[in-house]
Amino acid sequence: MAMADKTTSTQRVEQTAGMPTLHKAIFVVLLIGLIALPFFAYPVFAMKVMCFALFAAAFNLLLGFGGLLSFGHAAYFGSASYVAAHAAKVWGLTPELSILCGTAAAGVLGFAIGSLAIRRQGIYFAMVTLAFAQMVYFVALQAEFTGGEDGIQGVPRGNLFGLFSLADNMALYFFVLAVTFGGILFLYRIVHSPFGEVLKAIRENEPRAISLGYDVNRYKLIVFTLSATMAGLAGATKSQVFQLASLTDVHWSMSGEVVLMTLLGGMGTVFGPLIGAGIIVTMQNYLATFGAWVTIIQGVIFVLGVLMFREGIVGVISRWLKKPL
Amino acid sequence: MFELLGIPPQVLLGQILLGLINGSFYAVLSLGLAVIFGLLNIINFAHGALYMAGAFVAWMLLHYLGIGYWPALILAPLIVGAFGILMERTMLSRLYHLDHLYGLLLTFGLALIIQGLFRNYYGISGLAYQIPDLLSGGQNLGFMYLPNYRAWVVIASVLVCFSTWFMIEKTRLGAYLRAATENPTLVGAFGINVPLMIMLTYGFGVALAGFAGVLAAPIYSVNPTMGEQLIIVVFAVVVIGGMGSIMGAIVTGYMLGIIEGLTRVFYPEGSAVVIFVIMAIVLMIKPEGLFGRPV
Repeated sequence: MAMADKTTSTQRVEQTAGMPTLHKAIFVVLLIGLIALPFFAYPVFAMKVMCFALFAAAFNLLLGFGGLLSFGHAAYFGSASYVAAHAAKVWGLTPELSILCGTAAAGVLGFAIGSLAIRRQGIYFAMVTLAFAQMVYFVALQAEFTGGEDGIQGVPRGNLFGLFSLADNMALYFFVLAVTFGGILFLYRIVHSPFGEVLKAIRENEPRAISLGYDVNRYKLIVFTLSATMAGLAGATKSQVFQLASLTDVHWSMSGEVVLMTLLGGMGTVFGPLIGAGIIVTMQNYLATFGAWVTIIQGVIFVLGVLMFREGIVGVISRWLKKPL
Repeated sequence: MFELLGIPPQVLLGQILLGLINGSFYAVLSLGLAVIFGLLNIINFAHGALYMAGAFVAWMLLHYLGIGYWPALILAPLIVGAFGILMERTMLSRLYHLDHLYGLLLTFGLALIIQGLFRNYYGISGLAYQIPDLLSGGQNLGFMYLPNYRAWVVIASVLVCFSTWFMIEKTRLGAYLRAATENPTLVGAFGINVPLMIMLTYGFGVALAGFAGVLAAPIYSVNPTMGEQLIIVVFAVVVIGGMGSIMGAIVTGYMLGIIEGLTRVFYPEGSAVVIFVIMAIVLMIKPEGLFGRPV
């Protein structure tokens, strides 16, 4: 499936040995900026942006590099959020263990749904993932431990490794920064590994990859599981930040939002999803009082993005600079 | 009176009827999706929103213009269909040369816009729509009470599904349509206006959604969110049936509605997810769908 337009072909000329200097520079600037950020901006908002940036980056691994459009990524984000919240609140686990539990749950769920979904291609794949995510939503609505409409509220922030209290926003901020930044670097590493190269080959020409002897379905399942796991990491971390797991996290509109972030920032780019997440979360924050207008504006961005801006913001910049970003 | 597994027949038949009504909506909506998919190769994510729009148009016709149910049953689908044609001409037609997933993303965006607009102006509490006088009341069948309007929903949907099937499978127009599904370039070379046909097909598929919306208006409250849950279930129906055949879409729709109704009798907690579970099983056994052609 060729989701990436031919105009982005420059992106495919990539260095395989080590991280290009440009990327290294951007990551370093980004890290310095993020370390400085909480001293100027509201840390909780910044943490929200970082969690969604990781979520979008995880989604982009699947869509931008694997060429698979999942319309149900809220299922992994949300279920990890629920499990992590439950682990912290009911089992009394420390934050890092709670997040691990949530992430592992998302990985298992991703493996189960992925192994069924990869039996269909293209739009069927999108519909299957959406339908399974809706099933997860209904389970979250009805199950005992999820608290139904109320969700799991008042999740304690706990002590990291049982030692350092994360009750303070600043302490939590640097923990979240480490988790999400680490997650994004991990995703970067996957994309630029031999495994990532095979993924791109499958995205560009699946029959050819099969004829070259690659077990395409195995690759698809692995990338699906990885993407779901990392989406879970984002969701689990989010539940610790907001001390809340709710139905919003598993709702289909959340799946739509992550597609929108990736599309707006530029699918198949390294930095696009991060920018897209930043823009969408900021927009939601400022337009929160306008109710349904947020939905309408998101719809308009979708329509305009698909009709005339398919490369996304970073995709366009990347074309100007003639360098993959 | 007979009893089945300790379930009184009133409950059983009542739920089967309820399932049949849900199935009617599944059938009409998945039929519309299948018709659109056949020719345009896109999945119309806005289908649920347009179904909701159909119900709202019927409500608006009644409250702003005093036009009743029966004219609305024709007018609302026409209005929704015309809106669909506008969408197809101005937006969707620009995407045919791209990957079909862009069509999905575009119609998803349109669904958000349509839903958001209705939510802004009408809130989410829902509006009531009266059952037309002719169909109010019901029949006492001895073993259960059958509301007239619900019987009408089933009959109307069967009629619409059958005529659509007949038109596509048995008429000359339908033959063109099926030919264009197989090879649009060749059909165009024979002098048939394929873009026009695509436009009308999309309009027709969308009008079916509008029709379902009008049918639903007196049963469910007219609500901006009425389409969003339904469309995802209909997607699962479409995956189960496979979109290769028109008849397949119709039969699967009714069948799953009834299965859902039966689940509500025997295992109420499972009724919300039973269709998704069936989808998982079908994907394991026959991934191309019950009526689908192997890829």
